[in-house]
Amino acid sequence: MATSLVAEQLHAIWHERPGLAGWASTVDHKRIGKRYLHTGMLFLVLGGLESMLIRAQLADAQLEILDPETYNQIFTMHGITMMFLFAMPVLSGFGNYFVPLMIGARDMAFPRLNAFGYWVFLASGIFMYSSFLIGQAPNAGWFNYPPLADRDFAPGLNIDYYTLGLIFMGISTTGGAINFIVTILKMRAPGMTLNRIPIFVWGELAMSFQIVFALPALTLANVMLELERRFGFHFFGEAGGGDPLLWQHLFWIFGHPEVYIIALPAFGIVSAILPTWSRRRIVGYTWIVVAELSTALIGFGVWVHHMFATGLPQITLSFISLASFMVAIPSGVQVFAWLATLVAGRPVLRTPMLYVLGFIATFVIGGVTGVMFAAIPLDQQLHDSMFVVAHLHYVLVGGALFPIFGALYHWLPKMTGRMLSERLGKISFWLTFIGFNLSMFPLHILGLLGQPRRTYTYQEGLGWEPYNLISTIGTFILAAGLLTTFYNWYMSLRRGEPAGNDPWRGETLEWATTSPPPHHNFDHIPTVRSREPAWDQPDLADGAQPIEQGGHPLTEGHITLSTSVLDARPQAVVHMPHSTPWPLYLTIAMTILFTGMLVSSILIVALGGVTTTGALFGWFWPRRETQET
Amino acid sequence: MRCVANVPGRLTAVGRVRAPRRLRALLIPVFLSAGCSGPLSALDPAGPGAARIERLWWILFWIATIVFAAVVGLILYSLRHGRRDLTPDIDKDEAQWGDRFIAVVGVVIPVLILLGGFIYSLGEMNALATHDDEGPALDIEVVSHNWWWEVRYPNGAVTANEIHIPTGERIRLTLTTADVIHSFWVPRLQAKMDHVPGSENQMWIEADEPGIYRGQCAEFCGLQHAHMAFFVEAESPEDFDRWYENAASSASTPSDGSARRGLDVFLSSSCVGCHAIEGTEAAATAGPDLTHLAARETLFAGKLVNTRANLERLIVDPQGIKPGVGMPPTELDSGELEALLDYLESLD
Repeated sequence: MATSLVAEQLHAIWHERPGLAGWASTVDHKRIGKRYLHTGMLFLVLGGLESMLIRAQLADAQLEILDPETYNQIFTMHGITMMFLFAMPVLSGFGNYFVPLMIGARDMAFPRLNAFGYWVFLASGIFMYSSFLIGQAPNAGWFNYPPLADRDFAPGLNIDYYTLGLIFMGISTTGGAINFIVTILKMRAPGMTLNRIPIFVWGELAMSFQIVFALPALTLANVMLELERRFGFHFFGEAGGGDPLLWQHLFWIFGHPEVYIIALPAFGIVSAILPTWSRRRIVGYTWIVVAELSTALIGFGVWVHHMFATGLPQITLSFISLASFMVAIPSGVQVFAWLATLVAGRPVLRTPMLYVLGFIATFVIGGVTGVMFAAIPLDQQLHDSMFVVAHLHYVLVGGALFPIFGALYHWLPKMTGRMLSERLGKISFWLTFIGFNLSMFPLHILGLLGQPRRTYTYQEGLGWEPYNLISTIGTFILAAGLLTTFYNWYMSLRRGEPAGNDPWRGETLEWATTSPPPHHNFDHIPTVRSREPAWDQPDLADGAQPIEQGGHPLTEGHITLSTSVLDARPQAVVHMPHSTPWPLYLTIAMTILFTGMLVSSILIVALGGVTTTGALFGWFWPRRETQET
Repeated sequence: MRCVANVPGRLTAVGRVRAPRRLRALLIPVFLSAGCSGPLSALDPAGPGAARIERLWWILFWIATIVFAAVVGLILYSLRHGRRDLTPDIDKDEAQWGDRFIAVVGVVIPVLILLGGFIYSLGEMNALATHDDEGPALDIEVVSHNWWWEVRYPNGAVTANEIHIPTGERIRLTLTTADVIHSFWVPRLQAKMDHVPGSENQMWIEADEPGIYRGQCAEFCGLQHAHMAFFVEAESPEDFDRWYENAASSASTPSDGSARRGLDVFLSSSCVGCHAIEGTEAAATAGPDLTHLAARETLFAGKLVNTRANLERLIVDPQGIKPGVGMPPTELDSGELEALLDYLESLD
């Protein structure tokens, strides 16, 4: 297809410079998406190493592999890494790569903001990890409760890395969320009405709205904590009239939606993989979409179930308990819609499907234990025990890691143009699945036997040793499973079979273009007439829907279509910005600014402020060449 | 699968033969035979509070098991049409039955189950809460510290890491903290409750039988969160009354040589900067009250059994036992140390 005239013209318009300059200045959503994916996977390796250290330390009673301070830093960074540096960026990466493809757009709505989001994520990740260099990584847990996180009990820079790092990262996440919202609502191909949007895209949309409303609570809490630590404000310290529970409220108003911020796009992945691998249209599309949106909504009403043991009034607990019971329903709706799809379809037992089936089984365990925590007395009994650790890993590993790995097997052939080994895929799945369940199921029992979370060791004779040892062994098996996939990925890049455009016969638009797709995604922006366009519209072949069928070549410039929110009628031709290094420069300047705040140096803060302002001017300065194309 | 085993709690701070026991436990099928008993097991209740929670747990456990079995069953059922390879045919049927299926199995049935669970658990919550109109048998104040527990009784008795209560009585605890957030948890007696700076939380505990019930801080509180255990010692009302009276008494000043010298060592070393001994000049409150130290079963918040050798280790090298703990090492020559130990061992 690269031979067609339109493709050549579009390539001339959309291609980016090669080499280092192109690397630093790209705004292509596919390159940025892959960067999110790769960087997130690197952080998965770091978070995984941390989990192995944790489990090694807990393999038996009274081990001294890690001293208590190191252990606290490691488990804190494990939580931060897996949530903020692995799960969110990787899911963002898939979103970045596939949302524009699935909705038939040429790029995200704000490509430069997109590039900026990646750079800031990278910089804030490095910022937080640099704390290990001076041995002062955050050490008060990812939940970071004052007064333990206040200056009296945490005088080092540990907590400042946490607060500033998360404030910095929030800029990236918020920008990314806004970008997804505008892209999904305004950049869909003509004809892709609301009820034709792929469920994966709905998942990213629901996630983005949650981020926009939830993240400010975290950012605010961190700003307040930093003011308290550095300038003696009294938001949380009871000595000055503050209240430590205020932090918990703010943190969990963010922190509980955060679970769904990770789970909703992962559910979207499942809904993307299932139809292809069941050889049938998904059952209950509308149910699933409504369920995702209502999860996003109800998810804001359950935060206090993290605080059932803090002594709040019973009436408060009752409302939150009811909401926590009810939030199970939309998840249940999705599970039963997937099961109906499976039962009605003809499931193909290959790696992506195995990961999806593994996801359903493990996520349901996390779901039913989640309902147990909605019951106030049982929550108060098991809260802060190993049972919670088991529950949250069943939700987040079962609910996000499995779908992510399923997505690798489903989508990497599209992204790289090369197939993965099915044999290695199956080995990887079984190691991952068995390793995970061995590592986490025993923790349910440990919680019931009274082992608290977040202890660097435990005493002998409490009956905990065998379960802990099993869990540790399981963790290492799980790690072997993940490594197998990384090896598979690497070998596929080196010598995988060519994938072709549509190796699985998928239903959504990304399968209607080349693998990997060209810079401009589709030669002709298609007109969509179905919820599963790649199944129902033979005219879409090779990403070049004939003009008489509604294809839009748009070879007149660096432009794309903007359509109406509800029914995706074409409304405007939008000029898209060209590649630029300014997002990178701005990120570097902001890194200087945040470093200055970290080390309390007015000089560095001033330097960062000046360079940040300068970079903003550089970014927004009107340029003639932008208007010409 | 219900737990019937009911092993009375024992002090299990240290020292037992390790390897064979652990090996055996590994070989036994998990959960079934390892059973639900254990010094901190929520499934081995020893009082009415934990018993209510245990009942709630088993109800929810069986519901959860049925739901999980149904899901796995549906997955396996769907695999009857499973195949190994991709075929080009696609089923585009709308599957009208799917909507009814989701409505009934995904919405109606879960709503009924969840509402039932909510209403039942609300009743349990109310039963477990403290109510002002009930006059408790005893009001005990528990102040949590990094990383130990101070226990204050209405008659002036002060202990550390040991809470004596009479059996069969509802005891009200008022929980406060001297520093960060801690959480009071005795799984065999009752659900946990946090100690929050600036506020007073209340809960009740009650033990059916005499015994020692282990507790543990459940809220992450820094370096030695792992070693912040305590013990609830439930005794018959008569035994408790005897203990209670003695606990409020002052320490007697030893008359004979070595212990008398030990008191002087205590009062002239850094000990006196943090610890109180009723009946002497030592009245500091930063560390545990030592008035009846020798009567305690453990030292250092459950970390060590209370023996002379452990007491010596604790005085000489506290940071080696619990890194980061507030107690500094004390340098004494061997004569002074022996005298001090003699004195501390006389404090019963």
